[in-house]
Amino acid sequence: MSTVPDDLRYSKEHEWVRADGDVATIGITHFAQEQLGDVVFVELPEKGATVRQYSSLGVVESVKAASDIYAPISGEVLERNVKVIESPELVNTDPYRDGWMVKVRLADKGELAKLLSPADYRSHIGETAGAGAD
Amino acid sequence: MTVRTHVIPDVGAKTAVPALEPLLFELARPGRSGRHVVSDDAADIPAAFQRKTPLHLPELTEPQVVRHYTHLAQLNYSVDAGMYPLGSCTMKYNPKVNDRVASLFADLHPRQSYRTTQGVLALAYELEQMLAKITGMDFVSLQPQAGAQSEFTALLVFKAYHAKRGEAATRRRIIVPDSAHGTNPASAAMCGYQVTTVKSDARGNVDLDALKSALGPDVAGFMLTNPNTLGLFEERVREVCDAVHGAGALVYGDGANMNALLGIARPGDLGFDCVHINVHKTFSTPHGAGGPGAGPLCVKAHLRPFLPKPWIVREADGSYHYDTAREDRAPAGLGDSIGTIKQRIGNFGVLVRAYTYMKTLGEDGMLETGRDAILAANYLLALLRDKYDVAYDRTPMHEFVLSAAKQKRQGASALDIGKALLDEGFHSPTVYFPLIVAEAMMIEPTETEPRETLDAFAAAMKRIAERAESDPASVKAAPKYTPLARLDEVTAARKPVLRWQRPV
Amino acid sequence: MNANPYSPHTEEDRAAMLERIGVRSVDDLLTAIPKDARFPRLGLASGLSEMEVQAHLERLAAMNRTAGSGPFFIGGPIQRRYIPAAVPVLALRGEFLTAYTPYQPEVSQGTLQGVFEYQSLIAELLAMEVVNSSMYDGGSATAEAAFMAVRVTGRKKVVVATEVDFTYRRTLRTYGRGPELEIVEVPTAKLAASAEDAACLIVQHPDAFGSLVDVRQIADAAHAAGALCVQVTEPHANALLEPPGALGVDIAVGEGQPLGITMSYGGPHLGIFACRESLVRQMPGRIAGQTLDANGTRGFVNTLQTREQHIRREKATSNICTNEALAAITAAVYLSLLGPEGLRAAARAGVARAHALAKRLAALPGCAIANEGPFFDRFTLRTEIGGWDLRNALIARGIQVEATASHYVDGRREGRDDVIAQCTELTSEADADALVDAVAQLARSPETVAAR
Repeated sequence: MSTVPDDLRYSKEHEWVRADGDVATIGITHFAQEQLGDVVFVELPEKGATVRQYSSLGVVESVKAASDIYAPISGEVLERNVKVIESPELVNTDPYRDGWMVKVRLADKGELAKLLSPADYRSHIGETAGAGAD
Repeated sequence: MTVRTHVIPDVGAKTAVPALEPLLFELARPGRSGRHVVSDDAADIPAAFQRKTPLHLPELTEPQVVRHYTHLAQLNYSVDAGMYPLGSCTMKYNPKVNDRVASLFADLHPRQSYRTTQGVLALAYELEQMLAKITGMDFVSLQPQAGAQSEFTALLVFKAYHAKRGEAATRRRIIVPDSAHGTNPASAAMCGYQVTTVKSDARGNVDLDALKSALGPDVAGFMLTNPNTLGLFEERVREVCDAVHGAGALVYGDGANMNALLGIARPGDLGFDCVHINVHKTFSTPHGAGGPGAGPLCVKAHLRPFLPKPWIVREADGSYHYDTAREDRAPAGLGDSIGTIKQRIGNFGVLVRAYTYMKTLGEDGMLETGRDAILAANYLLALLRDKYDVAYDRTPMHEFVLSAAKQKRQGASALDIGKALLDEGFHSPTVYFPLIVAEAMMIEPTETEPRETLDAFAAAMKRIAERAESDPASVKAAPKYTPLARLDEVTAARKPVLRWQRPV
Repeated sequence: MNANPYSPHTEEDRAAMLERIGVRSVDDLLTAIPKDARFPRLGLASGLSEMEVQAHLERLAAMNRTAGSGPFFIGGPIQRRYIPAAVPVLALRGEFLTAYTPYQPEVSQGTLQGVFEYQSLIAELLAMEVVNSSMYDGGSATAEAAFMAVRVTGRKKVVVATEVDFTYRRTLRTYGRGPELEIVEVPTAKLAASAEDAACLIVQHPDAFGSLVDVRQIADAAHAAGALCVQVTEPHANALLEPPGALGVDIAVGEGQPLGITMSYGGPHLGIFACRESLVRQMPGRIAGQTLDANGTRGFVNTLQTREQHIRREKATSNICTNEALAAITAAVYLSLLGPEGLRAAARAGVARAHALAKRLAALPGCAIANEGPFFDRFTLRTEIGGWDLRNALIARGIQVEATASHYVDGRREGRDDVIAQCTELTSEADADALVDAVAQLARSPETVAAR
């Protein structure tokens, strides 16, 4: 698995977005989970909540750190990942698939363009382009 | 627990590790009990209020309870057992006479009349005077029960001060340095303030330019620990205080590191408007495995009107009473006071111990204490500096911060080094604080450790540094000679078990 | 000889240490300090030997009249109770007394297990799901409960009963100035009707005057309005009364001092803080939890620390750091020595003696019990003399009681002018006789008392 998959968009605060039509899946990146260490707790908004781009969406905690998750895009929460709330270690073991956080109905597809490309995110976290693959 | 004398600077023989102890609940059997109180009374309680919920407290005999807590005690490290170099915690020796005299004041209720507690009031009054002299402040409140409560009290005082000047609504921000204890921003937030963090400069001081640009008419105060959490004296402390005052804000002194200043300098002479004292650090009161403490708040005259009430008043005839609780005539009003934090005199049992320590040391002992604390820290740093990186290479005061960044690259982190120290018979330093130093190890030896112990500690630190180089895995595997190996904090947080549950 | 008798350094040591540092004197290490502020004289007296300091403190102590020196009926959150001999012997062992916060769990299992057991015992006593490792005292625990309710509900109004202990209400008002809470005081009887827009209703049961309160009805009203119910409780009462967890209470707080901790003129004591498990992430203070070590052996750590100031800083649930861990361990020692039957016996004694005493006092001319309903182990006595004057006249006779009107607020006496009498298992028949005789005498000549 790549540490910065090529099919996603990224925020500077280390969230990723996978857009599928007008539904976007949101999670935190491999880099973010590595910085946090073992994730012990995830707090996510209820279904039906609306989130605004760059505002706080939830919280992810390790034993010795707590970080806000910022919404990389705006929209209405369609679903939250109950499995990740029950088993926060999924954020560590599979941040891009089973460790996803919420699915959101995109309010403004234009916001996606404001996010970082995989290449930009790699340079943001200090990786040289293309060197992100395991 | 490994037992070492700390006098012989080599690797001592490891003694048997004490066995773990079952929980009280696991030792209990229905029907066991002691006979500590009379049991022949019948209580008349209306049925609707009576307890119907079962009460499954453990049933034990006294000999079992004594063994249980004796065994638990044996699982603990303590200052009585050895050096406790936790930076910012000032784990100095806790004199035993202090505990004994505290028991002379055990059977007194805080709601007794002042007429029946003149000894309490005389002691507290003199303690206030002594604290004012030591800190260079004018007035003292003994009410706060710990450092953090004193911070909160002081910020309430700041709020009241600004309110009196009609500026409460505009001054909504508190500034803290990035090296501050977590309690500082937490107290500010609890007091309804927004928190602005300013960075430290390359010498470990508050970045004066950053501070100046953060200051403005919306700032209520600045919280400063001096010496700071790097163990460094703020080189431009007067300019810092002047800048804050220039903006109409107040300077709060976090007194966690006051031990360094005993006889060396007084916050009141440096520009602070107030400072709190952790008597469980500076004035030798035992920390009780996490508490109690006491956190007297010492202020300059301009903040006095806002201090918590009641205040102790001394009459010309040498008698004492409380200003807002006079019993012989109409009491004084609350005036501009913020109110009450704790009825009357806070954690008096702790304050008696601090008072006793101060009476024991006296003027000259107090002056000597700061010097010896600083001497010990600088000596220990001199012994360690070729093995560990020094975070800010300046002359420290009573504590210093090393970085285990080099060892981390070799494969052993600050945490690992701390754990390896446990195997050497020492407590770990404070690790990962302050936050601005990577792999921080904050070491405070205090003035009460003999040179042989400092040498032994340095030798242990060096051995660990050498192992980090040659065999980092062995450091990572520590501790091996403690009652338990490393504990799984991740599982503890993921699946919290916060109380014993009866098997169903 | 050193001026600080606890300093181990000889002059030889100091010289060798300075040499190793590479300076000639400690003064050379202090150049960062403004010159004119260096080396202040403090104006303190000379130090004393241990023997002198012991004698000095004994002299000060002799200026007090201890509670046990005569009939004593002052109580409330802080109570004079029997402390078994083993309690201080165990709790004041140096390994507990002189340890720091358990930052290194591998060498702090005594503290951590001791606190975990405390949490478990109090959870059982209060029938609450989660208990923290302590707050400073009952007052700060009450204020922190209000702050927690504000966080949970997003509302800023706190409604507290006037029958909650006056010291708790004062601390709450003072704390509330920080986040600028709206604090409303209403009689307990009107609490249930005041829940609208409130973050919480704060009720005390038994209340400050000893009366029993229907907490369940107040909790129901709070919940119907989206507020939390906070109950201020006293530990012994829970041995006999239905506990907060069975009454629908969301947060239970109280003063733990009666559990084997000396009164010590007000502290150090023990702030009990308990809540529902669903609220645990909003709870203030440290919490010990169970886990395993690397070898799979059971052990204990401080957990859920992301709530706390050293990690969350300005977003922490509280600023508390130092707490009252030693008092928590003391309370656990006390509870394990007494066991359920011992605790019930101690509580029953207080209730039985208070009721017997009240009956005798109520039979005196001009005297009445002012509690409107059933009361627990203290009660209020109303006389023609007035509580304040009666209290002073009793003190002059060596009997210590509290007057409800001894509670000043802003220059005036607050509340009713009665006296409160607290009984515990230490209240003797002779104490009761002394109080009854004195009240009988004083009640016969109210003019003399008032003229004092």
